[in-house]
Amino acid sequence: MLALSIKNLTKTYSNGVQALKGIDFNVESGDFYALLGPNGAGKTTAIGIVSSLVNKSSGSVKIFGHDIDTDLEAAKSCIGLVPQELNMNLFDTVLNIVVNQAGYYGIERRVALQRAENYLGELRLWDRRDDSARTLSGGMKRRLMIARALIHEPKLLILDEPTAGVDIEIRRSMWEYLRKINKAGTTIILTTHYLEEAESLCRHVAIIDEGRIIEDARMSTVLRKLQREVFVLSLRDPLDQAPSLPGFETNLIEECELEVAVNAGDDLNSLFSALADKGISVISLRNKANRLEELFMGLVEGKQAPTGGKELRTS
Amino acid sequence: MNFRLNWIGFKTLVRKEILRVLRIWVQTIVPPAITMTLYFIIFGNLIGRRIGLMNGFEYMQYIAPGLIMMSVITNSYGNVVSSFFGAKFGKHVEEMVVSPMSNATIIMGHVAGGVIRGLMVGGMVTIIALSFTDLNVEHPLITFSMVILASTVFALLGFVNAVFAKKFDDISIIPTFVLTPLTYLGGVFYSISLLPEFWQKVSLGNPILYMVNAFRYGILGTSDISIGYAYLIVVIFVAGLFTMNLALLNRGIGIRE
Repeated sequence: MLALSIKNLTKTYSNGVQALKGIDFNVESGDFYALLGPNGAGKTTAIGIVSSLVNKSSGSVKIFGHDIDTDLEAAKSCIGLVPQELNMNLFDTVLNIVVNQAGYYGIERRVALQRAENYLGELRLWDRRDDSARTLSGGMKRRLMIARALIHEPKLLILDEPTAGVDIEIRRSMWEYLRKINKAGTTIILTTHYLEEAESLCRHVAIIDEGRIIEDARMSTVLRKLQREVFVLSLRDPLDQAPSLPGFETNLIEECELEVAVNAGDDLNSLFSALADKGISVISLRNKANRLEELFMGLVEGKQAPTGGKELRTS
Repeated sequence: MNFRLNWIGFKTLVRKEILRVLRIWVQTIVPPAITMTLYFIIFGNLIGRRIGLMNGFEYMQYIAPGLIMMSVITNSYGNVVSSFFGAKFGKHVEEMVVSPMSNATIIMGHVAGGVIRGLMVGGMVTIIALSFTDLNVEHPLITFSMVILASTVFALLGFVNAVFAKKFDDISIIPTFVLTPLTYLGGVFYSISLLPEFWQKVSLGNPILYMVNAFRYGILGTSDISIGYAYLIVVIFVAGLFTMNLALLNRGIGIRE
């Protein structure tokens, strides 16, 4: 079953800007789907059309089989939206914001109050239920928008940069919560500028640029397209210069920190053998850049992302 | 259309609107109470004594229905325009737009909120009026139905204003330059029989004249115009403005890109 099916969707704004130039993509029910792209690529326009905030110019959108042109009420009932910008009455209380939203979806107040306790509790906002939304911190407001989007228990949750401006602790707790509701069956579409977030959470990724989909595949398939990855190794003993390792590019960042570029197809065992041959002991290893970020930059800019300020030495 | 969903949505909107009016009562309830008290003291009590009878009634009695109706229509209008424009400005109109609630329900919920505020203020002004003069309601059904219909018309007009408004200035232009002059020239303070024939005919083009006179007829039993004609005009306005608002929302004007 497709949670979302978009065919040849176009949008030209009244000022002549063509935000979408005929995009197609499908989201399977239960998927965790990343929609990525640079600013102005058309992500928010696409989400706006799916959630009825933007009129489309042409094309079709079906949500769990409900066409937004012919069956809008049923289509809307399936969606929960967490928009990029705050769109709540900041003078209203946390509880009212969530319970009123439930009312707009036809949920009786008695039921809405029970659900509000659950969702606000899960998102650690229940204690603030009687406070006006303007008194909440930025992270709390974001969580409130998630609670509001979930109150009618939608089958498809769309999050447009939900963790923008949120500190790492709250971001990670939000990731954990999103994983939990996805595991429970909610299909999730996520746009984000934190590519680490997309790589960590999503099983499918589409990249949109200048109003066109330029990549649409399983996350693992997309990541396999990376030509090389750069690792940063922490060394036990300091080095004077970057060692020459056959088949690998190296760069000494600091005396105990070595950058090594590993091409696709090469294995790390041969890297460690080469390091062992040189008597170099490795304490830890990490990716220099997020893998998806490198791929994203490559696709959007038509080239692989830069690997660092210095040239890597090739042996 | 899912009736149950829309009924719950309607109740939610009405509840939200009532809470909004009560939360900001200093802005919504107190100012019309002060203004109308001043009208009763200055026009009714001080100046009115020198005017004498108007259509056979003391001036204070004559203007009381007009002042009540004036407060009802300005508050019905003001409630909807500020609430819906506020929702647009704060972007929380999106909460309604993304929901499956129909556009007709969104309009009716806001209009009901406007009517309720109009009735709350109208009731309060009536209490103030009763402290200055006696009012015996001659035709309760006409009185009640006309106040509901008139406040509905102006709540719907307020919605149109809010849909088109892009900045705060836009929500004060219509009340200042259209609503207030029409109200003052709509027979609140005088009978149009006092005007020269030409201005009497011009006054008949003012819809507020019909509402004020029908309401006055309901309370005092006197009117400058035909009551049947007043109902016809008000019902046409309600139907026309509701259809217009629905067409605007269905096209996404003011609420969608």
